[in-house]
Amino acid sequence: MKLRRERLDRGIKARCEDIFALSSYREILYLMFPRVLPVLVLLILPLLQGVIGLYWEKVLMNTCIMALLALSWDLMASVGLISLGQALFFGAGAYITGFLNYTFKLPPILTIPLGTLGGAFFSTLLLLPVLRLRGVYFAIVTLTFPLLLSRFIETTKILGGTEGMSALSPLPNIWVELYVPVFALLICLFGFRRLINEDYGLVLQGIRDNDRAVMSGAINIYWFKAQAIFIAGVAGAFTGAFMTHYNQSVGMAAFAMDYSILPLTAAVLGGVGTFAGPTIGAFILNPLSEYLRSVGPLRVVVYSAVLIICVVGLPEGIFHYLRRKYHQFERMVDIG
Amino acid sequence: MIPSIIIYGLVNSVILALTAIGFSLTFGISGVANFAYGGFYIFSGFLVWMLINYLKFPFILAIIVTIGVVGLLGFVTYWVILLRVRGIPLSEVIATFALGVGILELFRWMGFVTYEFTLPYLKKGTIMIVGVPIDYQRLFIIGIGLGLVLFLYFFTHYTRIGLAFRGIAQNERTAISLGIKSDWTAALSLAFGSAMASVAAIVILPLGIISINTGYEVLLIAVAVGIVGGLESVPGILVASLILGYAQIITGTYFKPEWMMVVYLAAIVFILAIKPSGLFGKFKELEERV
Amino acid sequence: MDKTILKVEGLTKNFGGVAAIVKVSFELQEGELLGIIGPNGSGKTTLVNLLTGFVRPDSGKVIYRGKDITGKMPYKIAELGIARTFQMVKPFYQLSAFKNLIIPLYSSRVKKLKGGKYGDRDDVAIDLLEDVGFERDSFVPYKIASSLPHGYLKRLELARCLALRPDLLILDELFSGMSMSEVASTLPIIEKLNAEGLTIIMVEHRLKELFRIAHRVIALNFGAKIADGPSRTMMEDEAVKSAYLGSEEEE
Repeated sequence: MKLRRERLDRGIKARCEDIFALSSYREILYLMFPRVLPVLVLLILPLLQGVIGLYWEKVLMNTCIMALLALSWDLMASVGLISLGQALFFGAGAYITGFLNYTFKLPPILTIPLGTLGGAFFSTLLLLPVLRLRGVYFAIVTLTFPLLLSRFIETTKILGGTEGMSALSPLPNIWVELYVPVFALLICLFGFRRLINEDYGLVLQGIRDNDRAVMSGAINIYWFKAQAIFIAGVAGAFTGAFMTHYNQSVGMAAFAMDYSILPLTAAVLGGVGTFAGPTIGAFILNPLSEYLRSVGPLRVVVYSAVLIICVVGLPEGIFHYLRRKYHQFERMVDIG
Repeated sequence: MIPSIIIYGLVNSVILALTAIGFSLTFGISGVANFAYGGFYIFSGFLVWMLINYLKFPFILAIIVTIGVVGLLGFVTYWVILLRVRGIPLSEVIATFALGVGILELFRWMGFVTYEFTLPYLKKGTIMIVGVPIDYQRLFIIGIGLGLVLFLYFFTHYTRIGLAFRGIAQNERTAISLGIKSDWTAALSLAFGSAMASVAAIVILPLGIISINTGYEVLLIAVAVGIVGGLESVPGILVASLILGYAQIITGTYFKPEWMMVVYLAAIVFILAIKPSGLFGKFKELEERV
Repeated sequence: MDKTILKVEGLTKNFGGVAAIVKVSFELQEGELLGIIGPNGSGKTTLVNLLTGFVRPDSGKVIYRGKDITGKMPYKIAELGIARTFQMVKPFYQLSAFKNLIIPLYSSRVKKLKGGKYGDRDDVAIDLLEDVGFERDSFVPYKIASSLPHGYLKRLELARCLALRPDLLILDELFSGMSMSEVASTLPIIEKLNAEGLTIIMVEHRLKELFRIAHRVIALNFGAKIADGPSRTMMEDEAVKSAYLGSEEEE
């Protein structure tokens, strides 16, 4: 008797095709559940301050920030650009925001948007020359930019040098601190997913899979790559801009490796290219990193191990696994 | 002043070249960018230190063992990690990068961060050349650096394995159809590159203390030199090292020493704007895509 | 009446020490169907790459409708209206057949010509697939490209080019790997396109079919043009025959 594993769509999934999804509450719930639940959870958690405690609320905020960076990474990966230096976006947004607040005393409501856009612009400009080279070169160069920029600031002593700029304006209140990242995360998550499913997203993925064919279709792949970097840059620079005002200071730590490695790990763990995956990855890793804070650098070693294991053993990521389980069931079939 | 600049510029250039050559070699031969390079470099330093201080090995033995171990480490890395993700650039990059970071941060966690971690000189003492004091270690560096380059040249042009390396580098498909095993060559290229990293570490690290952050800097140097010179070209590495090495020394002497790092940034941005594939870069934008 | 749509002057390209294309010159009139033949290694694909911007020539010029397009980026050349197939088909394997066409339909050239919009593109894509022989009412256009047999992939290549609404179509060994019946059903499609005014260059190995539909044929050998004339006379040309027979003898 020979057995073979068979995977079939669940009945309810089949019933959800097309208009029949509206036929009963069960089908509607089935479709809405994975989309609505995270949104509800994210919206409600900040309200539970009293229950969970301020410390974990801060962790929530931090996780949203990391998730945004992971989303930004994922968008770039969707067009074929592997970034080992997401910290570039974070740092650019952080410093521009800090500079505007420190020098011109602009309020956060202005500095954060300006920092976001400025940071995205700056990062895109810096990365433009590398777009024409092979994929690995891009990774190599993105690795170096945060390191070099922080050195540059250190030696030239501009923008506060080693000490950075401090005593910057704080954010108005705790609700802003919690809900702004949450909203930003939700907007980016659903926005990026929508983008990738439109024809625009198809072009981006085409560039990733086969840029020669896309080029012979009269599409300027470099222009599209630049656009993708910019959009990802907006998400990334926002995180830096926001954190500058949350911390009320900005320094060379804005270019720290952490901001490059954690989003990368979250994305690989969760599933590259799915956007929901990196978000899930961030929500797993960031709280975990809080627990591991006491062991210092071992934290990063754990990330490295996770990365290697995921890349080699589970390349698809958690999200695909979860989705498969949700939509399909398995059974063993006798094929004689 | 000038003779001092010439000599120390040369030393610096050779240091850069030695640091970068292992990385470039691996990439040029098999297309694998070994981002664990910095990790292997520092690992070599610590391994020699541990062999000398914990196991009381004589210096020479420690060196030989370390070069062997690190070479083996590179070899094994290919078979265990890279083999499964070969051909997927995303995974290759992430896997080796994670490995390098993991190694470095593991040492940091284990506490290898104090001043006691230094490697012994190969020979102590200073001599005067043209009125400029220079220590033996630095002379050794120049000697070993040049020797390595010559060795590499003869190896890749006159031995079977070396020729296989060049064959694969030029055209993988043809090489495979001629019976050259691509996986073995790639694994060997990784072993070689890593071994070279340990050689570089052994001669260069005695100049200071073994610092974990050097691991990241090493990667930075290898990348900067590679980008400026063209990652797949040995003459490119040499020329780029000379340019960057002298630029750094001149900057350090006439401006401020802290600016030496900025030279890398400036050089990278400059080259990317003018000739992205590097000075001696073999591929000209689109052609290599076809 | 006949306008010169393409003028190639002294195109030369060396790879390393090997001369791939040597001083190739020819002219192409609008509405012509030009065949390019030659033994393996004669430089046919390199010539196509030179014309479409995937390879930069060492010297020489390519002039399209009076504009010098030598060495321009492939997407710029495609935007001007030159489409080409690839000898080694490279579709977007993870996408369905008709989604493969969405990407070229996204380009600015098509937007200028036909107002491609999200949603409309799906319909246009299905129409295009039907034009090249995909059965419309079956599920074939919706199959993932990686599951399609080779002949279909070749026709998908053709559809991808047509999505661009080109003025000049270059087919690089479209028929290689196709079965006799597939060739027989694709040939009339090409003839029809040419009859409707599309200028076509066909690089081919299958001489019988080529000579039937081509107006004019150019022969290459070792990168140089050795013959250029109407297909009727080319069939008997001595230089062409010896090039093919000669290369067989060498083996």
